[in-house]
Amino acid sequence: MTLDTLRLTAEETAGLIERREVSPRELTGAYMRAIDERDGELHAYLHVAGEIGPGVPIAIKDCITTSGVPTTAGSRILQGYVPVFDSTVFARCRAMGLPLIGKSNMDEFAMGSSTENSAYGPSRNPWDPERVPGGSSGGSAAAVAGGLAPWALGSDTGGSIKQPAALCGLVGLRPTYGTVSRYGVIAFASSLDQVGPITRTVRDNAWLYSIIAGRDPLDSTTVDLPEQVRVPTAESLNGLRVGVPRELNEAEGIEPGVTASVQRAIALAEELGAEVGEVSLPRSVEYGLACYYLIAPAEASSNLARYDGVRYGYRAEAPADLLDLYERTRWEGFGAESRRRILLGTYALSAGYYDAFYGQAQKVRTLIGQEFAAAFERYDLLVSPTSPTVAFRIGEKAENPLAMYLSDVLTIPPNMAGLPGLNIPCGLSEGLPVGLQLIGPQFSENLLFAAGHALERAIGFDPVPERLR
Amino acid sequence: MTWEPVIGLEIHVQLKTRTKMFCRCANVWGEDPNTRTCPVCLAHPGVLPVPNRRAIEWTVKLGLALGCEVAPRAVFARKNYFYPDLPKGYQISQYEQPLCGPGRFVVPGPAGDHEIGIVRAHLEEDAAKTIHVGGAAGRIHGAETSLVDFNRGGTPLVEIVSEPDLRSAEQAKRFLQLLRQTVVELGISDAEMEKGSLRCDANVSVRRAGEAGYRTKTELKNMNSFTFVARGIEAEVERQIATYEAGGEVVQETLHFDPQTGSITPLRSKEEADDYRYFPEPDLVPVAPPAELVASLAAAIPELPGARIRRLEQEIGFDLAEGLVTSGRDRLYERVEGDRRAVANVIMNQLAGAGVDTERVDPAELGRLIEARERMPRTVFDEAIGRAAEPGFSAAPYLEQQAVSDAGELEPAISAVLAAHPDQVAAYRGGKDGLLGFFVGQVMKATGGKANARVVSELVRERLGA
Ligand SMILES: [Zn+2]
Repeated sequence: MTLDTLRLTAEETAGLIERREVSPRELTGAYMRAIDERDGELHAYLHVAGEIGPGVPIAIKDCITTSGVPTTAGSRILQGYVPVFDSTVFARCRAMGLPLIGKSNMDEFAMGSSTENSAYGPSRNPWDPERVPGGSSGGSAAAVAGGLAPWALGSDTGGSIKQPAALCGLVGLRPTYGTVSRYGVIAFASSLDQVGPITRTVRDNAWLYSIIAGRDPLDSTTVDLPEQVRVPTAESLNGLRVGVPRELNEAEGIEPGVTASVQRAIALAEELGAEVGEVSLPRSVEYGLACYYLIAPAEASSNLARYDGVRYGYRAEAPADLLDLYERTRWEGFGAESRRRILLGTYALSAGYYDAFYGQAQKVRTLIGQEFAAAFERYDLLVSPTSPTVAFRIGEKAENPLAMYLSDVLTIPPNMAGLPGLNIPCGLSEGLPVGLQLIGPQFSENLLFAAGHALERAIGFDPVPERLR
Repeated sequence: MTWEPVIGLEIHVQLKTRTKMFCRCANVWGEDPNTRTCPVCLAHPGVLPVPNRRAIEWTVKLGLALGCEVAPRAVFARKNYFYPDLPKGYQISQYEQPLCGPGRFVVPGPAGDHEIGIVRAHLEEDAAKTIHVGGAAGRIHGAETSLVDFNRGGTPLVEIVSEPDLRSAEQAKRFLQLLRQTVVELGISDAEMEKGSLRCDANVSVRRAGEAGYRTKTELKNMNSFTFVARGIEAEVERQIATYEAGGEVVQETLHFDPQTGSITPLRSKEEADDYRYFPEPDLVPVAPPAELVASLAAAIPELPGARIRRLEQEIGFDLAEGLVTSGRDRLYERVEGDRRAVANVIMNQLAGAGVDTERVDPAELGRLIEARERMPRTVFDEAIGRAAEPGFSAAPYLEQQAVSDAGELEPAISAVLAAHPDQVAAYRGGKDGLLGFFVGQVMKATGGKANARVVSELVRERLGA
C-alpha cells in the first residue's frame, strides 16, 4: 500500500501496524523514500539511522544521546562522537519498540531559534524552503512537517520546541520542568532544559509524552507524575477559565497576522464554552528575556566546559601546550553563538558580578513564578501567540543576535517559571502557520492536552504544507 | 620580641564508600588505570550526577564528631576551572550552604585541652590523577606527555576547614593525628596520607606576640605525611619570620614544600589565581538530612579518641596515652591486664617497634608475657613479642625459659668480663658508678642474653665493691 507520510499520524500508523496492513519494513521504507525525496532540500537530519522496528518510527533531536548512533548536538566539537549509552527518553522509546529514523538537525547546543547555528548548515521549513523551521528543534519540526517522520522528540530551553512547532504548523509540548528525564540530554541550561514531543496532533503528543515522562533515578531533578497521562478526547471547553495575558498578546513585534489568528482561536475557545478574561503579567514579560539571557548562558558556560579536546570530540591539531589545546579546540570547535553565550555566562558568574547578574536573575525568576501563580488563581490556562512572527527568511536575523533572541520573548516567561506550554497551530498568515501557546500551571499537561485537542478539532488546521499537498 | 605562628588546616578525607560520589563505579584504590570509569565520571555529554546517600550520611557523622552544626538544607555547587583531571570542567562541591557548619574539636595536649574551631566540613568529588611524563619534577610545565587516570575521579571527598587556631607546627600535627584517628574510628575512611586518602594543606602566617589581627598568609600544599606537615609548617614559619626581620613583606601565594631539601617554592602566584565562578549545581536538588537521621547518626558515634586520651592519661601519663590512642593501639592496651605503665610501654615501644599488628595480638597471652618479662631471658622475650600476632600464639613455651639467676653459673662469665677490662674496673673503683651498666651489658652479651640482668648487676656490684 502507499503510505502518505505527510498526513499519517502516529496513532494511525500504529493502527496500520497493529492490523498488519503495513510491515515494519514497509513503514521504514516509506520514510526512507520520503527522506531521499525531500531531505536534500529540507536538511532535517544530521544522521539517518533507518531502523526497522515494531513501533511507530521516530526522529530524535541530535542533542539526545542514542547509543551507537552519532550524536553531535549540531556542533563541530562533537563531530564523530558516538555515545556509549542511551538517554533515558530514548531508552523509553526503545522499550516501546519505536525504531529510530534519524537524528534531527538543531542549532548548536540548542542555542538559537532557526537552526542556522547548526555547524552542519540550516534546516528548511517545509512550508517554504526559503524560510527557517524555527529552532533550536528545527530539524525535528521540519522532519515531521515534511513527512520525514510521524513524530519526533525535541528539547526546549527558552522555546525550542514550542517555537519550531509554531513555525511548522505542528503540535509541540514543553513539559513541566522535572517531568521528563534529562539523563543523556546534552545540556544547554540545566535548570531550563526539558525534552518534549513534536507531533501532528495533540493526541499523538499526549501519547508520546506518556512514553517519555516520569521520574528517573538517573536524574535527581525529576519527580513522579501526580497523575497518569491521558490521551485527550475532549471537544468542549465548558467551564474552562482562559486568561489572556495582556503583555504576552500585545508585546512589541507581534505581527498583525499572528494576532488575528490568535484572536480567532480565542473567539473559538469562547464558542466552545470557555470563560475568557484578561490578565496581566507585567514583570514576567518585561524582565523574562533579560533574566533568561543571564541564567541560560551562565549554566551553559559551565555545561560546555567539558568539551576540552581531552577525552572525546574535536581536538585541535598539534597543540603546543595545555592552554593552547584548550583555546584552539574550543575556538575551532564552537560556533559563534556558543562562544558568545559562553562569554556572557562566564561574565555573569564572575567574582564581583555574580550578585548583580546571576544572583539577581534568580530572584527575578522567583518573582516571575509568583506572578504566574497569581494568574492561575483566577484562570485554568493562559493563551498567547507562541512566536511573535511566522517563519522568517533564512539569513534575515542571522547577523542580529538580539532580533533572533526576541523570537522567544513569548515562550521564555513561562519557561522561567518551570511551567508547561503547548503549541497548537491556529491558522495561517501570509500562507505560513501561526502557533497558539497554551500555558498551564505545573503538572497540568492533561488539561493542556484536553483543551488543545478541543481547540484543534474546532480550528481544523491542515498540517500538510500547502505546497506539498 | 617573639613571633607567634598562626596556622589553619584544610584537610581532605576520601570516604571509603562502596561506590563513587555521583556514579556507581567501584570506589577502589590501586586498580589498573581507567578501569573504574563510566560515562558519568568521564563527563560524557548528557550525563547527570546522582548523589551517594552513604557519603552524605558519613559526612554528617564526621561533622557531628567535629562538633559541627548539621545544615537543615545543604546545596551542592559547581566550582569551575579547566584542568585535565577535571573532566566536566567543574568540580561538584559545596559553597554557600555546606552540609556541616561551624564546630569545635577538642585536642588534648600535655598542658591542657586545646579547642580548635571548625569552619565547615563539606562534601565534594575528588579529581582524577594526572601523571606528567618527562620534564622537571613531575610538573606539567615542560612535561612531554600528561596521562590522566580517572579511577580516582569522583571519589567522595570531605573537606574540613579549621579556624586559624593552631599556634605551632607540633599542635597542627597533633590536631591532624587526632582528626585522622577520629575519621578511622568512624569507619568512613582509611585516611592514609601516603595513599592520599588523607591530604592536608596549611594556611600559615606569623605575628608579633600580642599583636591583634592576622598578617598575610601563605598556603602550603599537599604535604603527604604527619612529619612533613610539621616540618613544612616549621620551615614556612621560619621563612616568614626571617622575611619580616629583614624588613620584607610576606606575599600571599601557594607554596610547595620539598621534604627532600626542606625548601619552599611558589606553586603559582595569586595573580594567576582562578575565579571559580561558583553557582548552585542545577543538576542536583538541595540535600535536607532529616532530623531523625541526624539523631540516629549522633547516637551511633562511639567514645572519641580525644576523650580516651584524657581518660588514659590518668593511668599512664599524656605521652603514652596520646601515642596509644592516635595509633589505635589503645584497643589492645585496654584489654591487657597487668601493670598499666608496663603494658603501655611494651605495646608502644616493643610491639610497635617490631611492627606487630596489635589488632591480632591475644591480650591474655600478652599479659602473661609482660608479667613474666623480668624473669625471662631478654632474647626470649623479644622473640615472643615478635610472634605475638601469629595465629594460635601461646606465651607458655616462652615462659618456661627462665633467665639464668644462679650465681655459680654466672660467676665464670663475670670473671672473664672483669679480667678483659682492667681499665674500666679501675675507673669504676675510682668512682665511675655509671660503668656498672657496661659490665652488665658485656655479661649479657657473653651469655647470649640468657642471664637475669638484675642478678648480674648485683653480683658485679658485690665483686667490685669488695
Ligand atoms: Zn563512574
